[in-house]
Amino acid sequence: MARHAREVAVVAFAQSDHLRRTDELSEVEMVMPVLHEVLAATGLKAGEIGFTCSGSSDYLAGRAFSFTMTLDGVGAWPPISESHVEMDGAWALYEAWVKIQTGEADTALVYSYGKSSPGSVRDVLTRQLDPYYVAPLWPDAVALAALQAQALIDTGETDEAALAAVGARSRDAAVANPHAQLRGPVPQGDYQVRPLRTGDCPPVGDGVAAVVLAAGDLARRLCERPAWITGIDHRIEAHSLGLRDLTDSPSTRLAAEHAGVFEAPVDTAELHAPFSSQEIVLRKALGLADDVAVNPSGGALAANPMMAAGLIRIGEAAARIHRGASRRAVAHATSGPCLQQNLVAVLEGDAR
Amino acid sequence: MSKEPVAIVGIGQTKHVAARHDVSIAGLVREAAARALADAELTWADIDAVVIGKAPDFFEGVMMPELYLADALGAVGKPMLRVHTAGSVGGSTALVASNLVAARVHRTVLTLAFEKQSESNAMWGLSLPVPFQQPLLAGAGGFFAPHVRAYMRRTGAPDTVGSLVAYKDRRNALKNPYAHLHEHDITLEKVQASPMLWDPIRYSETCPSSDGACAMILTDRAGAARSPKPAAWVHGGAMRSEPTLFAGKDFVSPQAGKDCAADVYRQAGITDPRREIDAVEMYVPFSWYEPMWLENLGFAAEGEGWKLTEAGVTELDGDLPVNPSGGVLSTNPIGASGMIRFAEAALQVRGQAAEHQVPDARRAMGHAYGGGAQFFAMWLVGAEEPTS
Repeated sequence: MARHAREVAVVAFAQSDHLRRTDELSEVEMVMPVLHEVLAATGLKAGEIGFTCSGSSDYLAGRAFSFTMTLDGVGAWPPISESHVEMDGAWALYEAWVKIQTGEADTALVYSYGKSSPGSVRDVLTRQLDPYYVAPLWPDAVALAALQAQALIDTGETDEAALAAVGARSRDAAVANPHAQLRGPVPQGDYQVRPLRTGDCPPVGDGVAAVVLAAGDLARRLCERPAWITGIDHRIEAHSLGLRDLTDSPSTRLAAEHAGVFEAPVDTAELHAPFSSQEIVLRKALGLADDVAVNPSGGALAANPMMAAGLIRIGEAAARIHRGASRRAVAHATSGPCLQQNLVAVLEGDAR
Repeated sequence: MSKEPVAIVGIGQTKHVAARHDVSIAGLVREAAARALADAELTWADIDAVVIGKAPDFFEGVMMPELYLADALGAVGKPMLRVHTAGSVGGSTALVASNLVAARVHRTVLTLAFEKQSESNAMWGLSLPVPFQQPLLAGAGGFFAPHVRAYMRRTGAPDTVGSLVAYKDRRNALKNPYAHLHEHDITLEKVQASPMLWDPIRYSETCPSSDGACAMILTDRAGAARSPKPAAWVHGGAMRSEPTLFAGKDFVSPQAGKDCAADVYRQAGITDPRREIDAVEMYVPFSWYEPMWLENLGFAAEGEGWKLTEAGVTELDGDLPVNPSGGVLSTNPIGASGMIRFAEAALQVRGQAAEHQVPDARRAMGHAYGGGAQFFAMWLVGAEEPTS
């Protein structure tokens, strides 16, 4: 430890049930119960939290400044110290971690949410591509992931059977996760875009996640087994797919080096791999041994609420440490087409 | 625990205009970033991380544009964060970048905020009503005009004060080569004769819609020691948020703004802001917000802000110059507007503000707000390294 000035731990994690549709719920109504649950786990009230940070996307909400409404779910009165990233909540957690490192806060509430159900998320995600040269062609997220999967198959690093096994293993693991959207044996299904079949792709759904961070002895008071963030880093790659080797993820590897992943073995890896082929890429970049429990929660193939799925990986890894099921875990979040941007965190329990 | 002192050693802006047809979004942001690097006499390789901000993605029609902009900002292989806190985002973005240095996570950080409003239509970008919620009332002016009127009723301010602010800021903008509006023939009479848009807000008392970007290089004490030009130092910075609408909300003087300013003054050791601060870059998109924020930020007692404006205190040669750059009233690339306030405050204490320099400015404040006057971001910068 002591890579950074302050010890900071995940002391609580909560998430919604992830559902294909939540037509009857506003975003505030989705967020509030999860915030209440995560705060209740620590005994803290909103007014006692030092810093609050959230992640979401206006394009999913279909309106500008959508997060201004969700802030109502926090109960920001009297006024709070608060910020927002237009990114997955994992990056909101990073901003909060930095804030605690400055000494200006001892605790942080981090949350993120996304409703993909109102629109076609495949179409919506094309809007995050280069707006002049690529987005006008509307290449969707599944098609881009299929390019990556085919590149992997072409190098001999995987085949369709191995990809299918990733999907099957994820959804089997999700049986033990009451929040997951797809659980148990799910048919591999037809090709969506060759070589990816339905079972290689994430479900489209709505969901929320929230985490409480705390520093030092306060973390020990709030949580029996704090999940210490002993390293966290994130890196971005070039946007254009033509500039990248899609069979590798150098940004994940670089972030992992800076987070200290390779300094000792990990027993758990929660990877934000929305497509089965991306798990293959990430396993290689992180150098995971065969005995590492990869996505024991079921991962993004069992539930992939946009903007929350990365934060859930950190929360799930922390929850395993809270339960005593893991000593040293790696958590990963991704953003952008074909793993363009990646965040890696190392979470450790106290030796006992 | 001690924080690393944070220094601003590079500042770059684009010339703000209604439409930059000659550059892409990537070209626009790169222009500002390259100017900030040149100012600091650093290269892309000296930058450890990039923090970028802008207002809603709908303004350009690009979802999470930081992904596409990674290459243009030299961020490949580096950490890149994207902040979005509505109109306060430019300020919040600078504060997130500042925290990276203060926490000693990174030593030198590029922060940038932009808006290329000509790519789309900001009016419609803000007008996407969803069920069970009031739509924004024909742009931001429709939302804020009732609160201005409430201020006038509450304080008894004469209805001439708004035009004085606009006349001042537009004249100040003539001294700022980067400002969007350069109205060389501006007169107070012209402002007062301009059409009424949202009573009591006249056309000439509103901000323009601009394309533009602003960038800063933030670094630690060692980086500042290597800087070829004087650094501005961060003496205090804070963000505060409150809900959009609730019973008891004071739209004229929101509590979050008061709390945010109080936190900044505490950090900077300021007890009398009116005397101890030499220049203020304040987020004034509609002219009446100058007297309103003078009170909210503690420069004037409640009900007295308009008297400072009327007495000329906030003029460039007054004893508390407000918006020497011309402010948001003269330049408004929304997502960048907050960062421009922060950067202009830093220019003042570096003594680099050229024609709109406030003589001997030692401490200056940058201020931004957003949403329904609910998100606040502020910093106070000084010419000297902070002592605490």
